[in-house]
Amino acid sequence: MNTLTWVLKRDMLLAMRRKSDVLTTLFFFVIMTSLFPLGVGPEPQLLKAMGPGVVWVAALLASMLSLGRLFAADHADGTLEQMLLAPESLALIVLGKTLVHWIASGLPLVLIAPFLGLQFGMNGDALWVLVASLLLGTPVLSLVGAIGASLTLGLRGGGILVSLLVLPLYIPVLIFGAGAVDASTSGLGAQGHLSILGALLVLALLATPMASAAALRISLE
Amino acid sequence: MGKINWYKYASPASFYGLAGKLIPGFATLSVVLFIIGLYISFFVAPTDAQQGEAYRIIFIHVPAAWMSMFIYVVMAAYSGIGLAFNTRLSAMMASSLAPTGALFAAIALFTGSFWGKPMWGAWWVWDARLTSQLILFFLYVGYISLQAAIDDPRRSDRASALIALVGVVNVPIIYFSVKWWNTLHQGASISFTKAPTMAYTMVAGMLIMAAACWMYTIAVALYRVRIIILERERHSVWVSELMEKIK
Repeated sequence: MNTLTWVLKRDMLLAMRRKSDVLTTLFFFVIMTSLFPLGVGPEPQLLKAMGPGVVWVAALLASMLSLGRLFAADHADGTLEQMLLAPESLALIVLGKTLVHWIASGLPLVLIAPFLGLQFGMNGDALWVLVASLLLGTPVLSLVGAIGASLTLGLRGGGILVSLLVLPLYIPVLIFGAGAVDASTSGLGAQGHLSILGALLVLALLATPMASAAALRISLE
Repeated sequence: MGKINWYKYASPASFYGLAGKLIPGFATLSVVLFIIGLYISFFVAPTDAQQGEAYRIIFIHVPAAWMSMFIYVVMAAYSGIGLAFNTRLSAMMASSLAPTGALFAAIALFTGSFWGKPMWGAWWVWDARLTSQLILFFLYVGYISLQAAIDDPRRSDRASALIALVGVVNVPIIYFSVKWWNTLHQGASISFTKAPTMAYTMVAGMLIMAAACWMYTIAVALYRVRIIILERERHSVWVSELMEKIK
């Protein structure tokens, strides 16, 4: 447990020292979603139907693009190798780093999503469901993405490669995330979708830190 | 016949010879089965009452779809063995299977859309099985490109093995989420719980074609693994001796 709090504190401090990184991801998300109405036209009905999907796809891409920062700095200055050598569980360290990555790149998206939802004509319940689904779904994106980030560490063209590896694995989260909002607007209730997102989160929390740790050992041996 | 020492063939050098002996057998078997299978599918199998002649594409479509899924599982199994026991040959087998798997996934997608045009009136429908097949193709592409991006063979083997294992854990999750997302496809053509709804000759043709694809896969994978072995072991003594003999 000590390891986890240590990593959380250290990485939070580092993230706070580089606030611009947080803002870049956030503005990517905002710009990305604003492009869609410009591309498909301003009809309110169309935008309302597309809204949840657009916000979710943009969140997927934003989360994926920020994956490079997860291990890159620690890899560059050698800290990561020291973490691998440390007697503490590497999976715990990875979990801590991933959680901070989510706080720095996922949580801001969750917080700004209601405003973007308003731009797409969503209201009331739909907005709440959007926030809830992103709150449950974006950590899964960071956790699964960590596997891709650690496998592609230090590779040429790592950024584009990580998208090939990670985006297919993001699909279930996208389906249930955007599906939750659709279900709520069509009156079916979003509880089922949200429960599955929660289940995916629990599964990802349990399984992915170990896979990422194994991937790091492969990449850095 | 004495007891065969199977562990012997875990060494790339001795497997190279064994694979060379096995390839002609599997290749011939595959050609013969393809001829029988194609004959049945074009001349013996009856015309479908509802779908007319256009249904005949399932004789390649369904086996290709089966093989693409089956190969991914086999690939993941080899990857798992390779990671657990550190056997080089398993990793080589996994990487030699991947292109064939991707090929079958692509064939299944293309033939599916050829079938979809006359049946559904559209080249592509976003239904559950088409979409999950497409995602399976993406998984193959990710595996192959990760492998191609890493120059160090050891890291490349282990990294792609890990992504294959992560993929195989995710395949059922992806499959069920896509299925839930949209179900428009007709029910499964063959099911083990109820009697097949197709004519006997249709099933026979499809199974023979599947066997032909299977044999083809084995032959091609062995052929490819021989090339990978030569490439990886090019600095070893046995390869240079082999090259001397060929000269």
